Amino acid sequence: MRNIMKSLRLTLVFCVFFSVFYIFILWLFAQVAGPNSGNAEVLTLNGKVVGAANVGQVFTEVVHFWGRPSVGGYTADASGGSNKGPANEGYLAEVEARIDSFLVHHPYLDREDVPAEMVTASASGLDPDITPACAYVQVKRVADARGMSEEAVRNIVDRMIEKPFLGILGTARVNVLKLNIALEESDR
Amino acid sequence: MNTEILGVIAQIVLLVVLSFPLGMYIAKVYRGEKTWSDFMKPVERWMFKLGGVDPAEEMDWKKFLKSLLAINLFWFLWGMVLLVTQEVLPLNPDGNMGQTAHQAFNTCISFMVNCNLQHYSGESGLTYFTQLFVIMLFQFITAATGMAAMAGIMNAFAHKTTKTMGNFWYYLVLSCTRILLPLSLLVGFVLIVEGMPMGFDGKMQITTLEGDTQYVSQGPTAAIVPIKQLGTNGGGYFGVNSSHPLENPTYLTNMLECCSILIIPMAMVLAFGFYIRKKRLGYSIYGVMLFAFLVGVVINVAQELGGNPRIDEMGIVQDHGSMEGKEVRIGSGASGLWSIVTTVTSNGSVNSMHDSMMPLSGLMEMLNMQINTWFGGVGVGWMNYFTFIIIAVFISGLMVGRTPEFLGHKVEAREMKIASIVALLHPFVILVGTALSAYLFAHAPVFVENEGGWLNNPGFHGLSEMLYEYTSCAANNGSGFEGLGDNTWFWNFSCGIVLILSRFIPIVGQVAIAGIMAQKKYIPESAGTLKTDTVTFAVMTFAVIFIVAALSFFPAHALSTIAEHFSL
Repeated sequence: MRNIMKSLRLTLVFCVFFSVFYIFILWLFAQVAGPNSGNAEVLTLNGKVVGAANVGQVFTEVVHFWGRPSVGGYTADASGGSNKGPANEGYLAEVEARIDSFLVHHPYLDREDVPAEMVTASASGLDPDITPACAYVQVKRVADARGMSEEAVRNIVDRMIEKPFLGILGTARVNVLKLNIALEESDR
Repeated sequence: MNTEILGVIAQIVLLVVLSFPLGMYIAKVYRGEKTWSDFMKPVERWMFKLGGVDPAEEMDWKKFLKSLLAINLFWFLWGMVLLVTQEVLPLNPDGNMGQTAHQAFNTCISFMVNCNLQHYSGESGLTYFTQLFVIMLFQFITAATGMAAMAGIMNAFAHKTTKTMGNFWYYLVLSCTRILLPLSLLVGFVLIVEGMPMGFDGKMQITTLEGDTQYVSQGPTAAIVPIKQLGTNGGGYFGVNSSHPLENPTYLTNMLECCSILIIPMAMVLAFGFYIRKKRLGYSIYGVMLFAFLVGVVINVAQELGGNPRIDEMGIVQDHGSMEGKEVRIGSGASGLWSIVTTVTSNGSVNSMHDSMMPLSGLMEMLNMQINTWFGGVGVGWMNYFTFIIIAVFISGLMVGRTPEFLGHKVEAREMKIASIVALLHPFVILVGTALSAYLFAHAPVFVENEGGWLNNPGFHGLSEMLYEYTSCAANNGSGFEGLGDNTWFWNFSCGIVLILSRFIPIVGQVAIAGIMAQKKYIPESAGTLKTDTVTFAVMTFAVIFIVAALSFFPAHALSTIAEHFSL
């Protein structure tokens, strides 16, 4: 019983120490040094907020670059992947269907041009990025839809590629929302 | 060279380099020597005073364990009450509901035992209040519990003959103030700068570029993520853990989070050598663990970067490996590395969906948890290895005809019995649990159907999902093949029971072995002593672990992961 009393008192002390004191330091730091004073970082177009920088969103219009398939349809208050195993026949059929649909929208491509990232679902269902290859295969469709030259669109993609960390670690990527914002801004 | 592979190598090098100074620092802290962090002393004195604790009181192993178990029992009650009533408590801007009793039972136990298995999703299953006053609080103090237990064992072995092993409360508080808190703050600062949310506003409503409405969950994420990683807890803020772009926004945060998982467990192994002033023993244990770890890394990184052969057959480009259930900013390489890091420790956070990984990656993940001794949870991982040292000492002693002894203390029948029970309990609960659920699945389809059908994948992979769940519980890991529909009466209770058994029976057994051995007469080292810091003994221990821990699981793997691999 004495141990339980000690436990109660010590737990309350830990509450003050961690749940109040530690949290307060980090919260204060975020107010000063965080990108959006503690909230998720946002991106704007013409002064209007159009999305969270790190959270993917749905793009289906032909004038935009598209992101990766999402199991939850980019609902950002619930996250999740498909959790399908690699040999699951139902899942493989789904991927097959995505390839066909991608080829219908991009008739100038051959099967061997389609990057696997573009037809497989992300872990969070909120992946904000695609690989540079995924962006390049969409250039012609976007350029045609907007009446821009392919070269102009490709230049924007080149500009928006984020190199691996320090140039040598990890993956190169393109943030789809940032890319589409850059596209909107240059096409006016 | 491939930048993804370079990223993996960089993380491993960083870990090895940093583990040495941290190991020395941890040894100094527990020895009570002078360190840079001594400015925390007044705070600690204040904590002892308010807690009603005398930090100078020496405890024998029974008293040490009683204190440990008492505070854990209290934490269980604390968590249950808050989780069930969270709906009416403050800091609930999104209006989330209280948890059901069986869900709260599972959540509470899983965080109390430092497992962090989650049968709920953070966005909707918790409030900011319970995130901070249950989840995050437990992530600090239960990690500190494991570290305190190990500090006690180190203390016992540093003496020639002793009845006591230090003071549990003292080690508990010091683990928090000197190790977990400073590191968490450091990591937290970087994460915030890199764009992780740390606020108390509710969901952010956004009109997207194409005019849809999107609600973005946010909150005090950057407070939970550092300790989730450093304390080998693993319970994510968001449902998908560190694959969520707000919980792991860049490759830099991914590196930092990944290294945070393994750094303290690695350093603890070295700290043991430094503490008892037998560096070579520390290095030899570290060497065995590092070797086993690297084997896993090579296999999983190669498997994931290699991609899914069934997708190759479709004739599309798979340059970036198997990307189902992975994120572009992290990539297959770093996902493969993380899957090993999180399973050799008892962390269980994920940055990709393990359910969608290649079958052999799943095999390695499960094997790591089934062996459960490579680095392991903060403190407790080393203690599991210690169990196998006792068994290895005993077996090799019999083989070469020498008295089995470890660090100058005889290993006798009583210690051997405890060690064997601890070592065999682990495969027992995993295999019995899996067998029971597989039996129900086959023979009680109505019951399973009423629980939502459980499995997300047919065939071999379905068995893997159930095997993984019990493995993860027994290893106090907390990751999952998340396709398993596990927020049900059956899974919440059966997993909860496995969790309690596999946390407290080993911890009690190991502390008891150390306590009993330390009381024995010290035998100075002589020519007849079996040396435990040699390469031969290291290989011997590895072999014992492999035979006892790994081989018991091969029949189960033959029917699940291995069968799936050959069906690809």
